Amino acid sequence: MMRLELVKRPQRSMLFSALSPFIAFALTIVAGAILFALLGVNPLKAFQIYFIEPVSQVWQLHELAIKAAPLILIGVGLSVCYRANIWNIGAEGQFILGGIVGSSIPVLFPQFEGPLVLPLMLLFGMIGGAAYAAIPALLKARFNTNEILTSLMLVYVAQLFLDWLVRGPWRDPKGFNFPQTIQFNDSAILPELMPASGRANWGFVFALVAAVLVWILMSRMLKGFEVRVLGSSPRAGRFAGFGINRMVFFAFMLSGALAGLAGISEVSGAIGQLQPVISPGYGFTAIIVAFLGRLNPLGIVAAGLVLALTYLGGEAVQSALGISDKVARVFQGMLLFFVLGCDTLIHYRIRLIGFAAPKLESAPKLEEAR
Amino acid sequence: MDITVNILLTIATAATPLLIAAIGELVVERSGVLNLGVEGMMIMGAVGGFSAGYLTGSPWIGLLAAIAMGAVFSLLFAIMTLSLATNQVATGLSLTLLGLGLSGMMGTSFVGQPGARLPNLDIPGLTAIPVIGRLLFGQDPIFYISIALTAGVMWFLFKTRTGLTLRSIGDSHTSAHALGIQVIRYRYLSVIFGGACAGLAGGHLSLVYTPQWVENMTAGRGWIALALVVFASWRPWRVLAGAYIFGAVWIGQLHAQAFGIPVPSQLLSSLPYLATIVVLVLISRNKRLTMMNTPASLGQPFVPDR
Repeated sequence: MMRLELVKRPQRSMLFSALSPFIAFALTIVAGAILFALLGVNPLKAFQIYFIEPVSQVWQLHELAIKAAPLILIGVGLSVCYRANIWNIGAEGQFILGGIVGSSIPVLFPQFEGPLVLPLMLLFGMIGGAAYAAIPALLKARFNTNEILTSLMLVYVAQLFLDWLVRGPWRDPKGFNFPQTIQFNDSAILPELMPASGRANWGFVFALVAAVLVWILMSRMLKGFEVRVLGSSPRAGRFAGFGINRMVFFAFMLSGALAGLAGISEVSGAIGQLQPVISPGYGFTAIIVAFLGRLNPLGIVAAGLVLALTYLGGEAVQSALGISDKVARVFQGMLLFFVLGCDTLIHYRIRLIGFAAPKLESAPKLEEAR
Repeated sequence: MDITVNILLTIATAATPLLIAAIGELVVERSGVLNLGVEGMMIMGAVGGFSAGYLTGSPWIGLLAAIAMGAVFSLLFAIMTLSLATNQVATGLSLTLLGLGLSGMMGTSFVGQPGARLPNLDIPGLTAIPVIGRLLFGQDPIFYISIALTAGVMWFLFKTRTGLTLRSIGDSHTSAHALGIQVIRYRYLSVIFGGACAGLAGGHLSLVYTPQWVENMTAGRGWIALALVVFASWRPWRVLAGAYIFGAVWIGQLHAQAFGIPVPSQLLSSLPYLATIVVLVLISRNKRLTMMNTPASLGQPFVPDR
């Protein structure tokens, strides 16, 4: 019987810290090849369609940016939460609320036009996302309620709330009973960056700016230090006078605001109106983005582009090979699995041991009390 | 009278998958492992059970396939968190994400197909007794499994030596290890048991509750099961009570929608999720009680020294 044994490294390995996302990606490719072979498709051809064809023309790069923008925005916010050891997994709901609250302006005041509309919408979107994220934060800070479960439950509530809005009070009266709001007027549409070559809009710029700002926050400011201390050692944080409850609110509302910004950018940029479904699971995929990017805002930009490609590839193999586009979700799930597994290499060496009888001379050591 | 019996029967049907998944997760958490992948294992059980039942025509084979699917899928989590000491929260999440994706892919060709349904128990004479006959002797087989499972887990955890060992591991893996207990082995078996239960719960959805395959048909039940374990402060009989309360909420909102009461159907549909939040708040408000009941090493990775 073979068995894995982990041997703690004296300090974290810089080599594997840098390599692990790449190893994880390589392993995902291998597993993906097996998956495609099982589905009866030539893996090489499938990879060509999945990873290369979707980004071989300029307009397709624009599509990549459209998909990457929400992933990066949300992932950057989540990285702050996860660094602080606070588990916001309800970004999908905060994304939806951002979309709803931001859209309230063009939906309720369709006559309101001008340069003020968009900034107000974006601000409303951020407030909506942050306010929705404040609910699990409040419950955790005030009642010690598990934030994983509450933030997730609120995703279902947000989805149903949006569904009610677009089928009920916000439905376009001239929309032939389709469940959607009116088309936003022109001043409520997020402009495209380079309309000549493709559809990419300002959302991608927001994502890059957010990544840089959060990177500065985390590496150059006291607040970032506070996040890291409270995340790795809450006790030390308390001694330093950092309040854990304030941190819960800060992390939740920051990530909620960014998810809300992603939501309103998606609605006013890529969609142009509210529909029953405005996200193909961006809030959940962004969790993968955050981990693949090593919870580092700049790494998250790269990871967001990779995960955006898995969405485009999923659509491509569906239309070209007739494989369900759910294959994208499988790829994303596998990628996260392998990333987490490879991260073990940063802190441990892995030894394979066979039948070797236990050595008698090594008396059982007392476990270090940790 | 008949209506009451029917409502009670549907509540039992809605509560059964929650109960089974939560009982499985309770054992896992009692051993000190937090597996957030219940939703993923459940949906894999649902798709595995449906496809095996559909392809062989036998719902019983479907039932076994559902259990096996959940167990095998949970093994993935066990290898990652127990052998590679990965973060349990993140790994559990990725198990759920992977499960939702894989099941969607595997189930594509089954959408809209009529599935095999497990028949209800029918004991001549007994089932025909008015009122209690159908409640006690006329339900689907998984209902009886769920009750037996609850009683069995209760007995195992609190009346056997192995159960005591398992609980001690959950409370302090370092002490248990120092006493020579095979912490990792116990945890592997617990996680696989939890996976088998989640798979069975999923099988109940696709073989009894609605015998068909619908993408994302678990609809958050795996997460509600996780909340039930917290709500029950890690006690089996409270999980049973909690599952039936939630079953009643689930059925209540469906009936309210059918009667067309003047409230948006979406608000009614969101009641189970809102109820989960309310219940979690009520139970975790008492910090001391929660601290006392939570397995002390829950969620912490353990790497044995040599």
